[in-house]
Amino acid sequence: MFKTLTASLLATSMLAGAAWAEKTVTAVMHSGLRVLDPVMTTAHITRDHAYMIYDVLIAQDSDFQPQPQMADWEISEDGKTYVFTLRDGLTFHDGEPVTATDAVASLKRWAENDAGGQVIMDRTESLEATDDKTIAWVLSEPFVPMLNVLSKQSALPPFIMPARVAETPADEAITDYTGSGPFRFVEEEFQPGVSVTYEKYDDYVPRDEPADWMAGGKHVNVDKVKWVNMPDIQTAVNALLGGEIDYIEQLQVDLLPLLEGDPNVTVEVREPTGMQTMTRLNFLHPPFDDPKIRQAALAAISQESVLAAMIGNPEYYQICGAVLGCGTPLGSETDASTLTEGGGMEKAKALLEEAGYDGTPVLLMAPTDLVALATQPVVVSQMLREAGFNVDMQQMDWQTLVTRRAGQAVPAEGGWNMFITNWMVPEISNPISNPMLNGRGDDAWFGWPTDETIEQLKADYIAAEDEAGQKEVSEEIQTHAIDNVLLVPLGQYSLPQARRNVITGMIESPVPVFWNIEKAE
Amino acid sequence: MLGYILRRILAVIPVMLLVAVFVFLLLRLTPGDPAAIIAGDMATPAQLERIREAMGLNQPLHVQFVSWVGQLLRGDLGTSLISSTPVAGMIAERMGPTLAIALLTILMSVALAIPMGVLAAWKHRSGADYAVMTFSVLGFSVPVFVTGYILILVFSLKLGWFPVQGYAPISSGLGAFLHNAFLPALTLTTIYVALIARMTRANMLEVLGEDYIRTARAKGAPEKRVLFRHALRNAAVPILTVIGTGFALLIGGVVVTETVFNIPGIGRLTVDAILARDYPVIQAMILLTSFLYVLVNLIIDLSYTFFDPRIRY
Repeated sequence: MFKTLTASLLATSMLAGAAWAEKTVTAVMHSGLRVLDPVMTTAHITRDHAYMIYDVLIAQDSDFQPQPQMADWEISEDGKTYVFTLRDGLTFHDGEPVTATDAVASLKRWAENDAGGQVIMDRTESLEATDDKTIAWVLSEPFVPMLNVLSKQSALPPFIMPARVAETPADEAITDYTGSGPFRFVEEEFQPGVSVTYEKYDDYVPRDEPADWMAGGKHVNVDKVKWVNMPDIQTAVNALLGGEIDYIEQLQVDLLPLLEGDPNVTVEVREPTGMQTMTRLNFLHPPFDDPKIRQAALAAISQESVLAAMIGNPEYYQICGAVLGCGTPLGSETDASTLTEGGGMEKAKALLEEAGYDGTPVLLMAPTDLVALATQPVVVSQMLREAGFNVDMQQMDWQTLVTRRAGQAVPAEGGWNMFITNWMVPEISNPISNPMLNGRGDDAWFGWPTDETIEQLKADYIAAEDEAGQKEVSEEIQTHAIDNVLLVPLGQYSLPQARRNVITGMIESPVPVFWNIEKAE
Repeated sequence: MLGYILRRILAVIPVMLLVAVFVFLLLRLTPGDPAAIIAGDMATPAQLERIREAMGLNQPLHVQFVSWVGQLLRGDLGTSLISSTPVAGMIAERMGPTLAIALLTILMSVALAIPMGVLAAWKHRSGADYAVMTFSVLGFSVPVFVTGYILILVFSLKLGWFPVQGYAPISSGLGAFLHNAFLPALTLTTIYVALIARMTRANMLEVLGEDYIRTARAKGAPEKRVLFRHALRNAAVPILTVIGTGFALLIGGVVVTETVFNIPGIGRLTVDAILARDYPVIQAMILLTSFLYVLVNLIIDLSYTFFDPRIRY
């Protein structure tokens, strides 16, 4: 009798213990977190971290439309004054209320480093807190994309920090990680490049709307989220099969068969627009200083060949000739038919002939240490060779590549002619923030085109009075970018995520977010 | 003896200084830019320049070198360029797992390899000898990541006896530690058993042919005593050298194993730092590992006297 009683007591207390057990979601992200300042870096892992612990004034929904998040807004009739009003109940993780002063300081620090922020600041007459809850932003001229820039999730979203933190100079890293977001950063458990832990912030007040992309209510249903870095994707797959982790953000497509047989695991695409892979040419040196030869290179390339080698499984890639990405409001595929229809080798050869190409070598930099960038250079160089280019593919690690691409020397003396990289589609979906569409010579992104037309088109885009006007200008931008080969879009792809089925409620979003997630016992 | 130890320790200083200069220059001559890692892909050239300036990376080499040596002399290993955390803390945190797994590996290897080597030498050209030699060749030629994944497949995924990945410090209990550390240590053991067993066998074979062994056997000493007191002790010096340098190698070279089992150790810290061109971390790591090599060699040298009384300092 006594034994039974003890046993049942024990069982009850164990059950109670289980009910009280902390719910922790363990996730393997695409890379280890090292830099903690979201204003200093455009690295995605830092941005993802910032979405956990910080909040933003306004955020985009799945239609790329700005929605209120910390604040709602009113725009004056003349389109020059924006008034943001903070909603009630916002507090920082140290318990202090979020004030308009904090927001103003954060916006000013952000605008120093963000390209879109700089454009707004050029047109800003004043940005100040008129009371504890109200931010008044007065522009010298109307700027229609204002809310799009402020609500973007890439590359540097304007996160709101306490004013004391936001007073740090923009090129110096912050050391105080107090946010007001749905999760709190557990500093004692942070190991740079190894793991980072977030705790539910109990006093966070979510919005009432359902979560939609980066907008809507951020309801946290777990106690902790732990990001673990696993440099070896096979280890991560094993750990997921073994039940030690709950989630892998980015899988390699060739490892999918390992997971597809397991009924406890679901493989799915988190965000259908995914990534754009693309080539950038160097406008400063021969042969690509000649527009005809650039066009020849574009004509020689077939996206299908690149994507088949890179991803293999057509379920996870999409042929797309849009400079601003397919599946985005402004994406248009005009003029990109050779890319999307399998290449125009004859056209390429004719263009080379016409340009009088003299066999100047094309120095293509190929990184060997990043899976996502290893195959494209091989395929592209093969197609260029077939068209008649003399391609010199040089292999190096990504770090060497990013240093070398920053130098303007001639290729024979440590410079370069072309390289390939990948972008998240939302971050290139807008002509203001797309780095390839910067035509300001030395101030432009690597490759340094001097292109007054694209600058004028961007000014037209900014001046456009409504969305229809913006759409019209972006058509012209597409045509101009392809004709002048400001970039060669190589197509879009999505790396699937994997989760154990105990995890449910992950919303579709360009950033992996951990609100709304439920974890079963 | 004490004089010898002091002389050896003093001799470390010029060696370390040379290593420091060499490492410093080599790192700066390798292309790569920590500012680019911090700034990310979207950064413009102007932004990169501002970050470089803020980190002092645009200073001339000799200025950077002097400030680094100055820091070292104050006992400060510097701050990581990427994560802005103190390097000493990062290393201390990562040293635990690597040291613990290296020690466990050496213990397991010695416990297995010495008897195996002695057996192989004693039963020279028998089935047991061939078995030991075959295992050694296999253990040495199968890459650690293959061994690691096979062990994970069998013992973690199929049998569920051990976790696939991760590390539990000894402070969380010996059981938890062994539960996590056993598979990675076993993976590495396959290599070191092979190495030590071959060395033991070769030296035992040599010693077993010596006159004093015949004498010992002739005077009727039991075989166990002959093997372990007389022969093994005399064969110990080269075996010790292998064990010692093996230990030092383990500290610096367990990158693959740490990656396969996701153990936050020194090996991965170093590789990550190299990929990110995080100079302060790489410099400190190389200095530390070279110091460890020197230290381990000193300990091996000193232990020779214990096994071979003819050696005097």
